Amino acid sequence: MSTLAELVLIAVGSAIVNNVVLSQFLGICPFLGVSKKTETAAGMGGAVIFVITIASFITGLIYKFVLANPFLMSKGIDLTYLKTIVFILVIASLVQFVEMFLKKKMPALYKSLGVYLPLITTNCAVLGVALNCVTYEYNLLEGVVYGFSTAVGFFIAIVLMAGIREKIEYNDIPKTFKGTAIVLVTACLMSIAFMGFSGMI
Amino acid sequence: MMTGIIAAALVVGCVGIILGFFLGISGEKFKVEVDPREEAILDVLPGNNCGGCGYAGCSGLAAAIAKGEAPVGQCPVGGDPVAEKVGEIMGVSAGASVKKVAFVKCAGTCEKAKQDYDYTGVEDCAAMAFVPNGGPKTCNYGCLGFGSCVKACPFDAIHIVDGIAKVDEKVCKACGKCVAACPKHLIELVPYEAVHLVQCSSKDKGKDVMNACSIGCIGCHLCEKNCPSDAIHVVDNVAYIDQEKCTGCGICAEKCPKKIIL
Repeated sequence: MSTLAELVLIAVGSAIVNNVVLSQFLGICPFLGVSKKTETAAGMGGAVIFVITIASFITGLIYKFVLANPFLMSKGIDLTYLKTIVFILVIASLVQFVEMFLKKKMPALYKSLGVYLPLITTNCAVLGVALNCVTYEYNLLEGVVYGFSTAVGFFIAIVLMAGIREKIEYNDIPKTFKGTAIVLVTACLMSIAFMGFSGMI
Repeated sequence: MMTGIIAAALVVGCVGIILGFFLGISGEKFKVEVDPREEAILDVLPGNNCGGCGYAGCSGLAAAIAKGEAPVGQCPVGGDPVAEKVGEIMGVSAGASVKKVAFVKCAGTCEKAKQDYDYTGVEDCAAMAFVPNGGPKTCNYGCLGFGSCVKACPFDAIHIVDGIAKVDEKVCKACGKCVAACPKHLIELVPYEAVHLVQCSSKDKGKDVMNACSIGCIGCHLCEKNCPSDAIHVVDNVAYIDQEKCTGCGICAEKCPKKIIL
């Protein structure tokens, strides 16, 4: 069993030090696409937290009991190389299911997540977390903590970005840099700033 | 080798089939009943999402109509034809709704209304609250002509002509965006068929109006006294026609000394 200290280390490490957007460069498209306003960015961040936490749990289960189950392993059949394709399948249908479930049982949450929920279906950050859990050989609990804190890292990054972009609107930017160009430059500077955390762990 | 391939195909296939069944079953189980009429109504509505009905876009109105919270003729843009189609879906008759059009209650064009000074600043009507005397025009009630209504109009139906806003009646859908945008509250939705309208909103006394503009209502009450159907009244020094009572006889327009009644 993992100790609490290890879990905290995983949480801080994945949320801030190895930030999913700013140092692993996963989930860039929502990071650039949905960061125009702080509220929508927070909505997207919330939806990502929600989905990644559930997805890392479910993919952890699938990996442990389907792909790497002891029965097949004892027969000498190693199916762990199928993890990418199976995880894509599982995550896509999981998001579909969560959407249906929320629409029926929690319409308020469904409305507040809005269009962001289906947008996450094929988000690389979600798949990246699931695959990283396997690579780092996390158990179920560690995997869920890792998933949740990675998503929190995404939330932090996208909300910060949205705040900066709202201010950038008022700046006098050369015509060539307007739009995505200046956003990428900003993301780059943020990424450098986040490198400052790298000595922490 | 062969067993590996078969096992892989089996596992991925089974996972796919199980997930498919799972989604199919939960799709049935968590089905949210959407009123089929709601979708039908949404198809009929114009789809501009202008918000003129007071709901958040066309889908909001469709939901409200389907629930019976809004009348079938609520869409100001679609007017009677849309109301009729929506009425068919809902199984009620639309009733006659009056087609409306926006009207700017000011005729103080550049040559008719006096200016206190030349203004070369931000072109925005709302900003006029911060400049001396509420804008360059001598009249404090008239159209400022900086086009806040033009920017608000989703249908390109209102334009600044000769320094005042002018509505293109054929294009106007009476969504009410300009009515809300005008800081001077000059724009009103009037019936499309309205024959006579007062083109002034100045609440100043007659003498001040005369000094500021050659086409302002001086509140002389001549129209009120001569109206045979009690449709026109002078309130706060400006004449106002009650379109429900107006018969369109035209006596007021004839009697008006300033010729401000259309």
